Amino acid sequence: MFRNNYDNDSVTFSPQGRIFQVEYASEAVKQGSVVVGIVSKTHAVLVALKRNAEELSSYQKKIIAIDEHLGLSLAGLASDARVLSNFMKQQSLSSRLTYGRAIPLERLVSSIGDRAQTNTQHYGKRPYGVGLLVAGVDETGPHLFEFQPSGMTQEMVACAIGARSQMARTYLERNLEAFADCGREELVKHGLRALKESLAQDKELTVENCSVGVVGVKGEGMKRIEAFKLYDGAEVRQWVDLVADGTEGAEGTEGMEVDL
Amino acid sequence: MNHLPQAWGRPRDDVYGAYDGSYLQTHGPNQHTQQPIVTGTSVVALKFSDGVVIAADNLASYGSLARFTDVKRLRKFADSSIVGFGGDVSDMQYLDRLLNSLDIEEAYSSSGHTLNAKNLHTYLSKVFYKRRSDFNPLWNQVLVAGLDDDKKPFLASADLLGTTFSAPSLATGFGAHLAQPLLRKVAPDEIAASKLSKEQALAAVKESMKVLFYRDARSLDKYSIAIVTAEGIDLKEDEKLENQSWAFADQIRGYGTQVN
Repeated sequence: MFRNNYDNDSVTFSPQGRIFQVEYASEAVKQGSVVVGIVSKTHAVLVALKRNAEELSSYQKKIIAIDEHLGLSLAGLASDARVLSNFMKQQSLSSRLTYGRAIPLERLVSSIGDRAQTNTQHYGKRPYGVGLLVAGVDETGPHLFEFQPSGMTQEMVACAIGARSQMARTYLERNLEAFADCGREELVKHGLRALKESLAQDKELTVENCSVGVVGVKGEGMKRIEAFKLYDGAEVRQWVDLVADGTEGAEGTEGMEVDL
Repeated sequence: MNHLPQAWGRPRDDVYGAYDGSYLQTHGPNQHTQQPIVTGTSVVALKFSDGVVIAADNLASYGSLARFTDVKRLRKFADSSIVGFGGDVSDMQYLDRLLNSLDIEEAYSSSGHTLNAKNLHTYLSKVFYKRRSDFNPLWNQVLVAGLDDDKKPFLASADLLGTTFSAPSLATGFGAHLAQPLLRKVAPDEIAASKLSKEQALAAVKESMKVLFYRDARSLDKYSIAIVTAEGIDLKEDEKLENQSWAFADQIRGYGTQVN
């Protein structure tokens, strides 16, 4: 009866000035499991909650290493993220080949932003159904960028996207001041705590459903970086155990109230 | 006047004759560079403790004719590097435009990323190699002077074949034969070069330019000289060779009209 006439393609505005296809794409991001990113003065970390389609299947990959100096985590359509991450890998490699330089993060992120934006302006195309958090280091230090299907990109101090990510964002906002001076381990713990906030009632963090990506600088300049490393499975036990229920003091319980 | 629309805007056949369509043909022989036409001679450069001195004279020769005497063959890049061009001048001008547009493109990203001399040298060598692989070479040998990733003095050569090499002192063209031995006396290796003062390096390069003017028939006593350091570039484009002494000239035997 009251069918929406303005959501057939991504080139038509509704009379209210909205482009429904783009908004639907943003909804796809909210269907994906939550991912969290935080930066300090020395490190950028990505923490992700993995989902498995069924008991017998493996968990969907949530963090992808792009180059030595950066990686990304995704929320939404994994196949769209694959297209974007392959493009980013190509761009990074081409920068290393033609200039002998690691590509600046801002440049790489705006290049996928431009790609995503053209999809919202051409008839017959559809927006990417995925949101990304891109973490890495370049000449100007560690960075975290958020990417949305609309083509919007922005630099963040901390960010969470995906299902129930509001709870994680609330945690991040509460602890915002602490992040800048955090060491690598503290930053990962903050990320996992934020992730924990957004878990459904009956879920908990396990080594199976957690992924952690870490990248950082060791000193001045690009020469000395701690290359992007992805931690999966047993490798994340060191952190998962640290933030498990009951092992933490006031900090952990304070966060729990948000979940109610 | 001819009233037919297809004749509008065209030179009248009765006045100018029929248009010679052969000028518009897209087939026919490829017009690839077979030899340099207007050429610049040597570029000489020497590293010192905290930078690089680089020099080239202001002459562009047309064969043996000293055709243009005010050609600036040292070009700045991003106020941090100098490229010194030997070889074809029109190809130099093409590369200069290429590098200018690259510089502008790089400057668009707000957050202080620039290509340093090392990145620039890598890029130029790829351009040269691409063009020689198309059998359409850019007929130059260039020296790139500046700083590398660690802010250490950087000096390297790239040529029309895409060949690259690096040394504490470098010279192109005739200078490779005449100036290089003089510069190597001052800086036989990297350690010696890292102990040179700016004044010593400057004196050695100026001396080389003088010797080149004495013995290279395609050279000029007006030259450009630049000092590249972390503080920036000091480029002088209208220098004159000083303290010339031609006393050695009448000792020379074996050239010209005299027999012995």
